Amino acid sequence: MEFFLQVLINGISLGVLYAMAAIGFVMIYRTSLVLNFAHGGLMAMGAFIFLALSSWGRLPNLFSFVLTLAGAFAIGLLIEKSFHRSIMESKPIHGAILTIGLALIFKSIFTFLSGMNLPGYSAQFYEALSVTWGTVSIPASSVTVFIFSVFFFVLFGLFLKNSSLGITMRSTTENRAAALALGVPVKRVLALSWAIAAMFCAIAGIALGMVSNASIQELGFIGLKVFPVVVLGGLNSIGGAILGGILIGVLEALTKGYISASFGEIVPYVALFLMIALKPGGFFGTAEIKRSWQ
Amino acid sequence: MRKFQFHPCGSFKETYQDELFLFKTDFGRLWVWISLILLFVVIPSSFGIQTLNLFSLMGIYAMAALGLNILTGFTGQLSLAHGSLFGIGAYTAAILGSRGGFPFFATIPLAAILAAAVGIILSFPAARLRNLYLCIITIGGQLIIEYVLLHWKGLTGGAEGIAITAGESGPLSVSQGTTFYLVVFIALATMIWVAANLMRTRFGRAFVAIRDNETAAEGMGIPIFRYKLLSFAISSFYAGFAGALFAYHAREISPGLFSMGMSMEFLAMIVVGGLGSIPGAVFGSIFIVFLNELLGVLARVFLETGAVTAMIPIREFFYGGFIVLFITVKPKGISTIWERTKSVFRHWPF
Repeated sequence: MEFFLQVLINGISLGVLYAMAAIGFVMIYRTSLVLNFAHGGLMAMGAFIFLALSSWGRLPNLFSFVLTLAGAFAIGLLIEKSFHRSIMESKPIHGAILTIGLALIFKSIFTFLSGMNLPGYSAQFYEALSVTWGTVSIPASSVTVFIFSVFFFVLFGLFLKNSSLGITMRSTTENRAAALALGVPVKRVLALSWAIAAMFCAIAGIALGMVSNASIQELGFIGLKVFPVVVLGGLNSIGGAILGGILIGVLEALTKGYISASFGEIVPYVALFLMIALKPGGFFGTAEIKRSWQ
Repeated sequence: MRKFQFHPCGSFKETYQDELFLFKTDFGRLWVWISLILLFVVIPSSFGIQTLNLFSLMGIYAMAALGLNILTGFTGQLSLAHGSLFGIGAYTAAILGSRGGFPFFATIPLAAILAAAVGIILSFPAARLRNLYLCIITIGGQLIIEYVLLHWKGLTGGAEGIAITAGESGPLSVSQGTTFYLVVFIALATMIWVAANLMRTRFGRAFVAIRDNETAAEGMGIPIFRYKLLSFAISSFYAGFAGALFAYHAREISPGLFSMGMSMEFLAMIVVGGLGSIPGAVFGSIFIVFLNELLGVLARVFLETGAVTAMIPIREFFYGGFIVLFITVKPKGISTIWERTKSVFRHWPF
């Protein structure tokens, strides 16, 4: 029982991070209809900038975190403006192919960098945050990251719901042509949504590195797990992405704990396959509406 | 005798039969004969065995890329499982050839059929759905197949893979070299011919209609689900066929070869060559194989200077760079450059 609880908690703390990564993915998908394969690359990039600033640059952790977010924002903006902009009007498949190319570039850069012996994370957490309950224990890093994630989820939810930029973003998602007609600066909204998504990727990358000690190259592979997460939650639902992330995290942790570690790596994709076969809209996604002009 | 037309100054089709020809002028037909003679007579007799092996590899990749182009370029469905379907073809050929004792000419069609069957199973859940779900499910398919190849040790030999000995290729003794080259290119020529004709049939037209507008295609009475499955099956068949030949070419296969990286390599081929173009798949594979060779030469140069670590990721960097470059600047790939060159010559001196 205690083993089960421990595994469950590990799964949830991993799943929250998957959810964090998936939010950026869903955001890009909803606003620009691009399946972002470069997601893992963006996560790795965030983690790398953070590591470089905090260990090579010897900056305090919080300061380098803020700088990383700014850097990720700039990179997201750059990708949208310099690459996505030129294929904005073509079919969704071209966007996916573009991000596959970007993913390969990111991957090669990080394989190249891995030859340079990156230092590990040196983050100090408040040990008071760690929870011990019988034999079940939650490390302080997980608790901190969990609190941080919930904070960002709430912040993001409020941003989408109330801020004027959030509202224009949602309107662009709903109907780009109508939004454009009503004076929404669609191009700017797209650029900002890529930038914000890249920021979420960076946060998820840093947190995954801290909690599960994933190396920077592994993050590129973990980035592919956003696909099962978003399919489980529904491809166009941000709330679904959060729940899907936690589900996939728990599923993976349970499989790793009870069956085998190598099968645990693949079980999210089995879930993806079954989900598309049985309930393709996901748990929270809306049914696809057939429109010829999309 | 029919009057030959090499440079007609307009379209002079008198019967419906004339419209149905694969080549618009006899010029194209002439070029096909010239290139066939070059391919099957001149090249095998004038190059060494190493160059012929390189050409064979090019032909194998071209076959797989052609399959992917039928799915991605013509039907508009992205697949990232092509590398693993290629791997299924290779493994089937290797297992049947080295354990089952099947002859060369039996293993290859069997491998292709098995790959097509796996392709159908893989795409079945997602073919019902619209645009990008098929792409998402192929990511899962790729990783699951990779896992099975790596962990079903009894059948696939695990991480060490399978070796194929030269004697197992049957009565014709298709070992590396001229015979193998001829087999590969006869197969490739047949497959190009089949693909070019397939695209002019009901099926090919339906594929293009699905790519251009699914809703309108459905409205015109095209059963989208069935045609998507068919397209995926044909594309997997091509991949399996090429993979089986690859197994005989490489002599030793391991699961690491057929990773998602390989799927992306095939994608790079068709994007560089030209989405939705049959010559494009061939150009793309030539381009990528030459790029690989060039980078191999560079790697040898760098090996002497000691900067080895820099060379490992550089291939991926170039693939990614070329995908991004071509999809943003020239989404129709090299094949448009080819078309333009042809038209410049045709209209010379104007």
